[in-house]
Order: sequence, then C-alpha cells, then structure tokens
Amino acid sequence: MKIQTGLKSWLVGCTMLVMTASGAFAEVVYNRGSSADPESLDPHKTSTTYEADLLRDIFMGLVVQDAKAELIPGAAESWTVSADGTVYTFKLRAGATWSNGDPVTAGDFVFAFQRLQDPATAAEYASMLYPVKNAEAINQGKAKPEEIGAKAIDDMTLEVTLNAPTPYFLEMLTHQATYPVHRATVEKFGNEWTKPGNIVSNGAYTLAEFVPNDHIKLVKNPKFYDAANVQIDTVNFIPNEDRSAAIKRYEAGELDTHDDMPTEQLADIKAKFGDQVHIGPYLGTYYYTFKTDKSPWDNVNIRRAVSMAIDREFIAEKVWGNSMIPSYSMVPPGITGYETSTFDYAEMSQIDREDAAKKLLTEAGYGPDKPLKMEIRYNTSENHKNTAVAIQEQLKPLGVEVTLLNTDTKTHYGHLEQKGDFDIARAGWIADYKDPETFLGISRKASANNYAQYVSAEFEGLMDKAAAAGGNSGERMKLLSQAEAVLMRDHGQIPLLYYSYHNLVSAKIKGFEDNVMNVHPTRFIRKE
Amino acid sequence: MLRYVLKRFLTAIPTLFLIVTISFFLMRVAPGGPFNQEKGLNPVIKANLERQFHLDEPLVMQYLYYLNDLLHGNLGPSYNLPEFTVNELFAKGLPISIQLGATALFLALVFGSLMGIAAALRQNKSADYAVIATATAGSTIPSFVIAPLIQLAFGLGLKWLPVGGWGDGAFINKVGPVLTLMLPQLAIVARLMRGSMIESLRSHHIRTVRALGLSDYAVIIRHALRGALLPIISYAGPAAAALITGSIIVETIFAIPGVGRYFVEAALNRDYTLVMGTVVVIAIFTILFNLIVDLLYAVVDPRVSYD
Repeated sequence: MKIQTGLKSWLVGCTMLVMTASGAFAEVVYNRGSSADPESLDPHKTSTTYEADLLRDIFMGLVVQDAKAELIPGAAESWTVSADGTVYTFKLRAGATWSNGDPVTAGDFVFAFQRLQDPATAAEYASMLYPVKNAEAINQGKAKPEEIGAKAIDDMTLEVTLNAPTPYFLEMLTHQATYPVHRATVEKFGNEWTKPGNIVSNGAYTLAEFVPNDHIKLVKNPKFYDAANVQIDTVNFIPNEDRSAAIKRYEAGELDTHDDMPTEQLADIKAKFGDQVHIGPYLGTYYYTFKTDKSPWDNVNIRRAVSMAIDREFIAEKVWGNSMIPSYSMVPPGITGYETSTFDYAEMSQIDREDAAKKLLTEAGYGPDKPLKMEIRYNTSENHKNTAVAIQEQLKPLGVEVTLLNTDTKTHYGHLEQKGDFDIARAGWIADYKDPETFLGISRKASANNYAQYVSAEFEGLMDKAAAAGGNSGERMKLLSQAEAVLMRDHGQIPLLYYSYHNLVSAKIKGFEDNVMNVHPTRFIRKE
Repeated sequence: MLRYVLKRFLTAIPTLFLIVTISFFLMRVAPGGPFNQEKGLNPVIKANLERQFHLDEPLVMQYLYYLNDLLHGNLGPSYNLPEFTVNELFAKGLPISIQLGATALFLALVFGSLMGIAAALRQNKSADYAVIATATAGSTIPSFVIAPLIQLAFGLGLKWLPVGGWGDGAFINKVGPVLTLMLPQLAIVARLMRGSMIESLRSHHIRTVRALGLSDYAVIIRHALRGALLPIISYAGPAAAALITGSIIVETIFAIPGVGRYFVEAALNRDYTLVMGTVVVIAIFTILFNLIVDLLYAVVDPRVSYD
C-alpha cells in the first residue's frame, strides 16, 4: 500500500514535470523529408534544388522569397535602380548580423561575388552573376576578381553595376550562388568552412549537424533579425532515396513533409492522404530535342509531323499519372507578365493532328515503301522509358519506325554535350529564376544546352532585341513571347510536359504555401 | 604460421596495385564525366571544375597523382560531394555498414548452423522439411521485397520499429536492416550446414568414433561438426567481405547512412575518386577475409598446416 502510494505520487510528479516542460519549453521540431542529400553547403559550390532548400534556411541573400515565392527584402532593406537599369544600389539591413555576431556588411557581398567568379573556386553556378560587369571575364580568367562590378560604398551600401539592364536580376539574387559568405571563416577554414562548428551564416537557422545520407539538423538562429517570427526551433532535413519507403515514413509520422512520391502510385496515395497531397505546376519543362542540323531532321515539316503525332494528354495521364502537365510551349505558364507562345496545333484534337502529321510525312516522301526511321535517346528512368515507349506506339500508325536507346544519365548528357550523333533525345529544364529567359536561352546558338543545334537568325534577333529592351518590362516580355513563337513554329525544341511539384504535407504543418518555384522557407512554416 | 601470414600480406601488395591500375583505366572508358548533367554547364565553368580536380591533365598524370595520394593513405576528394574527402565518407559510413553486416552475419552463422544441424539430425522428417522450406524461401525472396514488408508489418502495422532512419545508431533502428541482411544468409548457411553435416555424419571416421562408444553429443559436436564447418567457413569469408561493405538496397530502403550505396552511386555519378575508394576498400576486405578463412582451415582441419 505504502509503496503504491509512493509510486503514485512519484508518477504524478513526473507527469506534471513533463506537462510543464511540454507546455512552456516545448521545442518545435520539423522533420523535413527530401529526396536527396545536398552535394555541398558552400553557396558557391551548390547547384541542386535540395541545396537551395537548405541554404535558403541557413543564409540570406540581398533579396529573398516569401512563402509564396514573391520577392521581399532580405539582407538588403531597400534598393534603388538607376534610370538606365544598370546600377543597383542596395541599402543593407541595419543591425543584421552573422551567427557569430559580426555585422553583415557590403564588403561581405563584394567578397562573396568575387569568390563566386574566381576560377579557383570552380563555382557551378557562377553564371548566376554573369550579368554583373566583368563577372564573366573574371570567371574565364581574363580579369582579376577585384575588377567585378560590385562596390561597397560604405558598410551598409552596396553598389552593383551590370553590363546591361537585366530585369530578372533581382530574381537571380534569390539563387543560393549569390548569397554572402563570412570572409574570416572562409579564409580560416578553407575547404572545411561549411562543417558544423566552423560555419558562420546569416539566415534564420544555423547548421548544427550534418551526417551524409542520414540527416542535417538546423537550429533557429537567435541573432536572426526576424527571429521573433520564426516558429520552428529545429528543422531536420532527412534524405530518402527510396520514394515508397519515404511515403511509409511519412505515414508513420517520422516525416512532417516530403518532396517526392512514387507517381505510379499517385491514385492510391491521393486516396489515402487526400488534401495532404499537394500537386501543382512547377517551372520546369520536359522536352525532346531533334538534332536539327542532320537530315532528315533539318526539315521542319518532319519535326512538326512527329511532334503533332505525340499524344501528350495520354502520356501525362497514363505514364505520369497526371503528375505532369501536357505542354505545347517551352516556357511554362506562371510567370507574371509573360504570355506563352504555343505550337499552333495546341487547340487541335489529337485525331486532326495525326491526320495533318500523316499528310506532312507523305509530302516529304515518306510512306509504307520508305518508312521514316527514328531513334529516341533517353537517360535511365522508368518513366522516361515509358514515355519513349508510348511515343514509339503513337508514331507506329504513321509508319514511323522508332527504336529506343537507353543510357545512364552521365553518358546521355555527355553524348549530347559533345554534340554526338542522335535523332531525337530527351532533356529537361527547371527554372533557376522566375523569368522566360531561362527557358528560351537554352535554344540560343551560343548555349551549351542547345543540343538541337538550333540556329535561327530570327530567333536570335528577337532575343537580342528583348535583351536591349531590358528597361521596358512590357516590351521585353512581348519580344520574348515573339521569340518563343518562332522557336515553336520552327520546332527548335519539342516540349512534351511541364513538371509539377508533388509534396506531401502533414495537416500539422501550416504556412507551406504552394507556388510555381516550389520554394518553402522554413522561417514561414508553423507546426501545430 | 607467422611467416605464412607475412608472405600473404606481401603478395597482397602487387594484387592491390593491379586492381587499382586496371580499375582506374577501366573506369575512364565509360562515356560521360562527373560534370555531365541535365543542366549542361557553361564550357568556362566546366573547365574551371576540371582544372580543380586535375581532370584537364593527361590520364597518365592523373593516374600518377592518384597513386601518390593512395600511397599516403589519401583517397582524394569526392567530385560530387566536394566538402568531403573519400576518407571522410568511409570514416562516417563504414562503421555503420560493418555493424549491420557483422551482426547480420554473426546471427546468420549461429542460427543458420543450428537450423542446419537440427535438420541434418532429423533428415527427411518434418523438422528437416521445415528448415528446407524456410531456407528456400529465405534465399529466393529478394531483399527489396523483404525490406518493405518488414517496414509495413513492424513499422506501420505493429509500430514496434521505426520505418526507417539510423536514429544515431539506436538499437531499434538496426532491427529491420539487420533482419533484411540476415535472412538470405541464414537460409544459405542452414542449407550448407545441413548438407555438409549429413555428409560428415556418413563419413568413415564418424562410424569409427560411434563404434568406440562415444556419446551422441560428443560425436556430433566434437567430431562431425568439425568436418561440417569447412564449407561454412569457405562461404563466410567472401560473404563477410560483401556484407560489411554494405548493401545499397537495405541502405536506401531503410535510409541508413552506410557505404553500400557508394558502390552504385559513385559509378553512376562518375565520381572517379569515390569509385576508386570503393574498389580499394572492397579489395582490402576480400584479401583480408580470404586470409582469415585460410587460417581458420588450419584451426578446424588438422590435415591443413602452414608450417
């Protein structure tokens, strides 16, 4: 009896203790599933969207994105642009500090911009600041880092000079490659500066732990200027390569959100999780590219015929389970102020398209006696294969003999980059910043990504004009739209699908706003 | 004995050198490189990256750099994870893979042997059939089926285990991966043990010791088991080398930060230094375990001697 009472009061005491602890000091932990680990946490060495998600929490650029991916002031409190659109003057946020207490100064940005362009850094995304004066020359080793068009007028004022008006410059500044780095830390630790314990950053969170392939733990930075409004205390980025296993971990409550799902099981997942499944258009295009400098693909009518005969609605629904959206333009919808230009048969029924395609092929001299032969090259992935197989079947009634060639990703892009021989190949493009330029630029003659070898004076002319009209946003968008119309008319690229994001978001998580950039800074997220 | 071990270590050096050389050049035959990706890099940027990793120099020079680093115990930087050296990646991942693999192998050897012995002693009886059935199932159901089933049953259904994750090495996080790694090994060991035990029990020397009137226990444990162990030892050596270097299937499904994934990912990413690192590590383990197997022969089988 006595023991029981003793035990009871002890238990009550414990329970009370736990309750007090959970009530007053409960740490809010957000377990954020990610489909891959970052390759690097050095803003100047990163390239993937997984890194972007992490670095957006750890660092803060001049301009940042809010929960809806709209631009808001970041490390810069305000800015002015010169009348000719080439000089940006940023007023830095007063009192903003690094996680070690040092003030964030204009000099930090100048140092970071120089380091990004320094050939010795070998930054994959150095091109994010190529619009800045001398940046590209520095990156090529033709100018010194000190010559970059960025200057600290005083500690709080940064002046950036561009080569030409670049209306998407502010959008580019949301990319992690443009974030500031803490000079003393970088110089002290060299390659080790991003290790937990060494790293000094200026974002809403600081890095606490990094175990590759296991987890990355970030904790709230009390020195962050807006720390009062940051509600998540700890965020764990948890990589899960196996998509099915990730869904099970989500279901078991081990993950609060996850950024991918096995799309072939989409119907089941939707039935099970209902509105926790967030799917929507994402700024990315899944396209095929013809080798346009090789016969018979140099004939625009043949490219057109093949494109017309591809039933995009079928592929989006049957192959991708509606996790992708049929596409008839290179630039996805969702960019404010821009009107996409589509193929002129976008509104035609598939049956009419096939008839027209047949006619085009007959006119070009192809028929039962002389079938058109085409090889599709694609990189390893179940869905890329199924897409290619579907196209193979869809082209059969037209008498086109399609063969498939699958190689691993490195071989695939290595072959395309070295301008190897092919008929038609798969490729994809995800926007780095919210502007049509990023999608249209890859079809320019000088682009390393112009696998099609598409060359058109008309297209180049319109792109140049658009660049020159940089200061006039409306005019520029119109010219870009005209350029896209030319690209679509010429079938310089064959867009098939727009990407979409597919997130699983627990009902406990608030503030995870859907947006075309699929950007979800943890500082705006709450957990209930 | 010591002389023999020394000799084996000395012969291992040219073996390793050959393996490293062949792998280094073979790897470069594969098309594409570490910096080919969906978003093609600007040629200037690609050149900067290649310069940083000496990839712009002649292949022979790169090979000499690599050999020099290797002699200093430096496996080089990872191309795709630039903040980690290959040494660091193995230092973090290998202990985890070794823990899981060694536990799985140990359990498989103990329980598999017991099952095999039990089956052999009751040959063609129901216990024997049960063992054979389990063993056949265990070795034919692939781990990419077993692992999700364990997650479903014990993680989501019964909630006894976490679905995935390493949990800083918590016991409960290891159960699923160890089970998945163990089951196929258990099946193989049980079958091997059953077969060799039956054979051993039929041999002349067992008939002799039985005739001498030794107890069943002494016959089985002291005499029959010794002979029966040889095939198990031969199997366990290479199996150990394979198990403790991790499994990509188990590691990706259970989200375990081991090194098994590097064997596949490094090759697909053309992460040349990481590929070479995996080659060196697995070669060393294979050589080491083969030596241990040969030494164990001498312990178990009195006919084998290295003096």
